[in-house]
Amino acid sequence: MSDVLQSARDTLLAPGGIGERELQETLGRIMNRDLDSADLYFQASRYESWMLEEGMVKEGSSNFERGVGVRAISGSKTGFAYSDEILLPALLQTANTARAIARSGGSGRIQAWRREGGRRLYAPMDPVGTLSAEEKVELLHRLDAEARRQDPRVTQVVVSLAAQHEVILVAASDGTLAADERPLVRLNVSVIAEQNGRREQGSAGGGGRVGYDYFLEQERGLGYAREAVRQALVNLWAEEAPAGTMPVVLGPGWPGVLLHEAVGHGLEGDFNRKGSSAFAGRIGERVASPLCSVVDDGTLERRRGSLNIDDEGTPTQRTVLIENGILKGYMQDRLNARLMGTTSTGNGRRESYAHLPLPRMTNTYMLPGEHHPQEIIASVESGLYAVNFGGGQVDITSGKFVFSASEAYLIEGGKVGRPVKGATLIGNGPDVLTRVSMVGSDLRLDDGVGTCGKEGQSVPVGVGQPTLRIDGLTVGGTGVVPSGG
Amino acid sequence: MSRRNYTGQFDVAGLETLAGDALEEAGRRGASAAEVAGNLGEGLSVTVRRGEVETIEHNRDRGLGVTVYFGRRKGSASTTEFSREAVQRTVQAACDIARLAAEDPCQGLAPARLMARDTPDLDLFHPWGVDVERAVSLARECEQAAFDAEPRISNSEGGTVSSHAGFHLYGNSHGFLGGYPTTRHTVSCSVIAGEGEGMQRDYWYSTARHPDALEPVVEVGRRAARRAVRRLGGRRLSTCRVPVLFSAEVASSLLSHLVGAVRGGTLYRKASFLLDHLGRRIFPDFVRIHEQPHLEGTLGSAPFDNEGVATRPRDLVRDGVLQGYVLDSYSACKLGMETTGNAGGVHNLTIAPGAQGGGGGELSFGEMLKRMDRGLLVTELMGQGVRLITGDYSRGAVGFWVEGGEIRYPVEEITIAGNLREMFAGLVMVGSDLDLRGTLRTGSWLIEQMTVAGE
Repeated sequence: MSDVLQSARDTLLAPGGIGERELQETLGRIMNRDLDSADLYFQASRYESWMLEEGMVKEGSSNFERGVGVRAISGSKTGFAYSDEILLPALLQTANTARAIARSGGSGRIQAWRREGGRRLYAPMDPVGTLSAEEKVELLHRLDAEARRQDPRVTQVVVSLAAQHEVILVAASDGTLAADERPLVRLNVSVIAEQNGRREQGSAGGGGRVGYDYFLEQERGLGYAREAVRQALVNLWAEEAPAGTMPVVLGPGWPGVLLHEAVGHGLEGDFNRKGSSAFAGRIGERVASPLCSVVDDGTLERRRGSLNIDDEGTPTQRTVLIENGILKGYMQDRLNARLMGTTSTGNGRRESYAHLPLPRMTNTYMLPGEHHPQEIIASVESGLYAVNFGGGQVDITSGKFVFSASEAYLIEGGKVGRPVKGATLIGNGPDVLTRVSMVGSDLRLDDGVGTCGKEGQSVPVGVGQPTLRIDGLTVGGTGVVPSGG
Repeated sequence: MSRRNYTGQFDVAGLETLAGDALEEAGRRGASAAEVAGNLGEGLSVTVRRGEVETIEHNRDRGLGVTVYFGRRKGSASTTEFSREAVQRTVQAACDIARLAAEDPCQGLAPARLMARDTPDLDLFHPWGVDVERAVSLARECEQAAFDAEPRISNSEGGTVSSHAGFHLYGNSHGFLGGYPTTRHTVSCSVIAGEGEGMQRDYWYSTARHPDALEPVVEVGRRAARRAVRRLGGRRLSTCRVPVLFSAEVASSLLSHLVGAVRGGTLYRKASFLLDHLGRRIFPDFVRIHEQPHLEGTLGSAPFDNEGVATRPRDLVRDGVLQGYVLDSYSACKLGMETTGNAGGVHNLTIAPGAQGGGGGELSFGEMLKRMDRGLLVTELMGQGVRLITGDYSRGAVGFWVEGGEIRYPVEEITIAGNLREMFAGLVMVGSDLDLRGTLRTGSWLIEQMTVAGE
């Protein structure tokens, strides 16, 4: 980790002639007795993307971004400014702007550096160079061919490949000095299949904090191409989804987006500090059936939602949110933790140096239960089996959430029946998990595709769950309600 | 007229030089054509929560994006660093990509003859000059007005005042170089009514290019409070098929689905339910949807699009019939057509108020409730359950049950579903209560029938 700190210094600070003394000096200028804390967040990132469509690699882009965000905190007040120049004069000027929330001039004392480190959940490397440009182009073409080879009804294939390399360094008035180097790759295949004038889409993908070679291992990339085609073909004969309230079985993995929307956001520290979440003040209360235990875990190796340290320099951790149905804890950044009299759980994340940190999820999932997934489906006389989802959204105050199924089937007589399309599920976050009546033994995490938006900031996240049965969830289709309920 | 004000605020000359350098560098590296877009921006955003300052954010942004073409091969890159070296590295990165991209007959700059000849002043730049202290006091006033207006307001996510100014530049190797400054000011308020499990949150905002065009901060706070309080005691509905009235602030999302479905990229990929609908009826006779890119002082106006193409007013839908698509030069080429000056999106797309069976009468919101008589009024939509390829529509909704032409009680935890093709064809009435806060400008929409899923 000290290597990572050294290399972050070389990347971020050295070109502008900034050393530890200048960091101390800047923080010292910000701090005074009116302020509780201050921090500097340096970031350099490079993002590249490639896109193939109609059998051609049509475009690619390469984006460079670097800058420093300066934050000063007094009580619950935050002053924030940023600069895209990492040079001492710009840094000092930015610091002056940020600290203007305090009344008097600064000459505060800064704690001696406390270096965070030692953890290595992913290799500190630049994923952009893990394949040559020619190899990337070849990979795109191979996936295109694989998708088209699956079925003659495939008419369109879009393959996109992207990598991000991010180096960050945090220096804070409490002595935190921490750095991280974060690779992230993502591959997606999206297809359109056509039959008798009807067109339907399917898409699949994955990624993580790894190099591009991840997609070559175990034919992962080819697997996405096959999966996208399979989904599109299922949708080609899908009928209207039913409308009404019925038992719903959610498949394992990505359907865990339910947890993210229904309970995850409502357990973020800021909403609970402000009392605006439907879960506020409910620690120790039952919020789920005893079968449910939910954690947020930023320490899983190479996962999309994982981080060695969060964007405030706090090591990430495994935080138990719900244990056997009882609400245990919230996800915190430093500001909200301090205001709530607790400590950060390593969930302080930000989209970039130009954004303020907020309490955000990392990888959020439900622990496995005892039922075989087949047993769960067999238990439903008439209902919905939803195995894949698009996006979701939650109103954390009323607790109402929605999410849209991209692949779902009717369950009839305990058996998976015909596919249905256009099913949006809606429910009430504090209530939905109390109606979980069976939890499968098949915990799976998603393939590394999630991006979460909050207050206009996007960050990569992970979700997961075993197969679940929820009694009585509202399904918003246009079709008729299956008889029996 | 407004040009005189911004020169001091932004280093426009510096940006122009950098843009010129980038184009030159592209040429030096063998690119046959190149284009560059640059942005400078700065602003202030202040949030006051429960009377106390919560955040004071100072924004200062810049970016330069370069696209190069080697014949018909394309590559792009961007940077937030403005040094000469950074620009050279960015151009190099774009060239490296272009060399490996496929020869695609449609890639390239938009045709030179379509470039904007001048940059008309559209009155988009009106700096506010609000300082932190003044912004804090306005935000405080805004939030306080919410608490004062309704005793059942129990909590707040704050009142926010923000003001941003920016300069946008675009140039390409046709010799086109154009730029213009804009401002955008916003006042918003988000408050919570009720307690515990019965809590409801809602918000209101006002946004404009000119600070004088903002709603008074007190009015923004009051509206936020009224909106939160009226949601208290929300009930669910039984699954049913009823008329649905989309209030103006959510009806704009229906316009955005229309735009999504007639956008070139969706069409040439055959991913739209409106494929091959040019010249065909997609709405009832009374519907006119027109684009007004030169409306002065509005949020959606622009003298040229993201490819330097002159924008021009036009009808997108007339007498219910689709008159054109929303195209940039690439998708236009793919469809064998000409760009409509919509690289980057539409500019002030406005739907005219009207009603089936003649629009002579009153088109106010109250009149729409009466005409609906019994059905669902939707004031908020949730989730992403819209599939443009088939038109399938299924989203979470919040709103009110209407009976006898009057709002009876709030409803929540329901979904509304249908198909956009049928929803458009079943548009009964468009209100005169235009929401002008964005580039999609519409009043409320009354739709004949949709499926509501609830208990």
